[in-house]
Amino acid sequence: MTGVEAPEPAPAERPPIEHPPEPSGPAPVIQTRRLTKKYGTLTAVDRLDLAVYPGEVFGLLGQNGAGKTTTILMLLGLSEPTGGEATVMGLDPAREPREVKRRVGYLPDAVGFYGGLTGRQNLRYTARLNGLRRDEAESAIDEVLDQVGLSDRADGLVETYSRGMRQRLGIADALVKSPDLLILDEPTTSIDPIGVIEILDLLRRLVHGRGLSVMLSSHLLTQVQSVCDRIGIFAAGRLIGIGTVDELAAQFGDGSAVIEVGLELPTPADVERAGSTLRAIDAVESVDPPDSGNGNWRIHVRPAAVEGRVRQDILVAAVQQGLGLTALRPIVPSLDDIYRTAIERPAPPRAGGLKRKSVDRTTHRRRRA
Amino acid sequence: MSAPTIQVPAVVPDEERRSAGRVPHAGWRVIAAKELGDHLLSVRFIVLLIILGLAGAIPLYSAADQIKTAAEQVTGLPAVFLFLFTVPSPDIPILRVDFFIGLVAPLLGIAFAFDAVNGERSEGTLPRLLAQPIYRDDVINGKFAAGMAAIGLVLVAVVTLIAAFGIIRLGIVPQDDDILRLTAWVAATFLYVSLWLAFGLLLSVLIRRAATAAIVGFGAWLLVGVFGGLIVTIVNGIFSPAADATIDQQLGSIQIQQFISRLLPSTLYSDISSVLLDPRMVRIGAPATLGQAQQAAQQVQLPGVVLSIDQSLLLVWPQIVVLVGLTVACFAAAYIAFMRQEVRA
Repeated sequence: MTGVEAPEPAPAERPPIEHPPEPSGPAPVIQTRRLTKKYGTLTAVDRLDLAVYPGEVFGLLGQNGAGKTTTILMLLGLSEPTGGEATVMGLDPAREPREVKRRVGYLPDAVGFYGGLTGRQNLRYTARLNGLRRDEAESAIDEVLDQVGLSDRADGLVETYSRGMRQRLGIADALVKSPDLLILDEPTTSIDPIGVIEILDLLRRLVHGRGLSVMLSSHLLTQVQSVCDRIGIFAAGRLIGIGTVDELAAQFGDGSAVIEVGLELPTPADVERAGSTLRAIDAVESVDPPDSGNGNWRIHVRPAAVEGRVRQDILVAAVQQGLGLTALRPIVPSLDDIYRTAIERPAPPRAGGLKRKSVDRTTHRRRRA
Repeated sequence: MSAPTIQVPAVVPDEERRSAGRVPHAGWRVIAAKELGDHLLSVRFIVLLIILGLAGAIPLYSAADQIKTAAEQVTGLPAVFLFLFTVPSPDIPILRVDFFIGLVAPLLGIAFAFDAVNGERSEGTLPRLLAQPIYRDDVINGKFAAGMAAIGLVLVAVVTLIAAFGIIRLGIVPQDDDILRLTAWVAATFLYVSLWLAFGLLLSVLIRRAATAAIVGFGAWLLVGVFGGLIVTIVNGIFSPAADATIDQQLGSIQIQQFISRLLPSTLYSDISSVLLDPRMVRIGAPATLGQAQQAAQQVQLPGVVLSIDQSLLLVWPQIVVLVGLTVACFAAAYIAFMRQEVRA
């Protein structure tokens, strides 16, 4: 808070760290080194190397069974790693699980509450388990209920809550201990679209308002994309890609880019003319016309690097040819595309250089005062 | 694994001030308090209280006159007060307070534990609970403690009501010795219920569905409490001595029968119960030697022989120790199973 940098450790005998993080930056809130979990012959998590930095929203992306929840359980000390090690807030969760759990708020996958108690009573129980004094607990509970927008329903029994309300109560429950790190396992699963928007909004506000670090897991790509600073892609227990959406696109994209062009074309002849004009532009690989005359055209450009110049060319050509241009925008490759390529591809060598780019931006936000 | 590394606190130092030393040290107490609150407000608590209350009230009511006349006739009768708990209803002999409580006690124990852990699992609250800064065994310890507290409340309430009834309606005032015996009996009953509580807890850890755990627990109760005697009889039929057996052989056979019946915790409890509630019980079980058999025969003719409470306790000490052992074993099994389970179902 006071802008003090990471506390200077007693330099007595600090063992050399294998993969030192960037020497100047803040220490990661989560770091794993070759973290492994095996259930019998099944390897749920395979030699995971991961670092999450303060103030960052990190997304764990993967299909069901990819090892996301297992990783989270190991980070919380709720499951013993078979090999490797993890550090959370500078602590080893396998050895000091209580200290870790005191500082980390956790929203489990399919969170449950005691239906016979009210929302407030459920939170009070959590606060008591965290050793909060009665007065502290009450004010913390009021605060988090307000933040998740449940103040008016807090004294209703949880069994009368909707799924979305329970999920918000789960987030309140994770926040009541004033954590430094929030770990959310599938926070948006089985919630209706409006509820998802509400929860993602809530998360964004929390990250800005509280300066939390967040790790969330999901198999819903668009949602991860909209809140996460960086994303790690999981497949079969391995981290196959990590970075910002742009970095992942560069890493896993096929080298092409897409531009969306809106044209107002009254006659079929105009459509014909527009098609040939667009195809004629340099570096345009293919052109998908819309179903009807006035829709959006999709222009595929290769190589992706010249996408900006092609857009200018389209603008010029449209003006020269008298085509009614209504829209012109680049399509950012969706995470779905990235994900699809990523899981088809064998795991690439770990790209160390990609890791830190976005962090600088987010740490500024964190170090507010 | 890897060489131990010294971890450096990586976060903002004011966190230390805010949360250091604040990791609660008695998570089990918080859990026990919450669980006890749940128990006391639950329907099952009220239902069990009513069943046990009726079980005490009905035989009392019908046996009251018997006790009164008996008390008037035999002024020298020891421990008349405890008759409140041992005199059967004249119409239905099964309705004896001690007997009935012995029968219902297992249900009491199972009722407060069968859904302790699997209930949390199916509600999805277990991962959330375990993600709080507590030790994992706080959960099972707290739940066991809450169950014991609830059981203690039920037992003390029912026994106090019966005693009060006796004092007011029959005018029987308990002597010091009576009070000691009654306390010892309540403690022994509490122990017996704790055994079933621990067993219920074990079921709740091992069986994922609460309904299944309840049925298995109920089945175990039927097996031990109701069909137990039957099974013992059948097994004993195999060991029964031939018609021309010597007295020693017959005594040996009785010993075997007794050993088998003592494998059942219900037998252990009924032994303890009968000795503690009746100072005239000077021996439990069958005589082991001819000498003891003769002694037993003589004592029948010496009805004045009574035991003091410490002698009675000494008499049933082995049974008490076995009950404690069984309870500890059940709880330990539940504890170990719970500690080894994965959080995820």
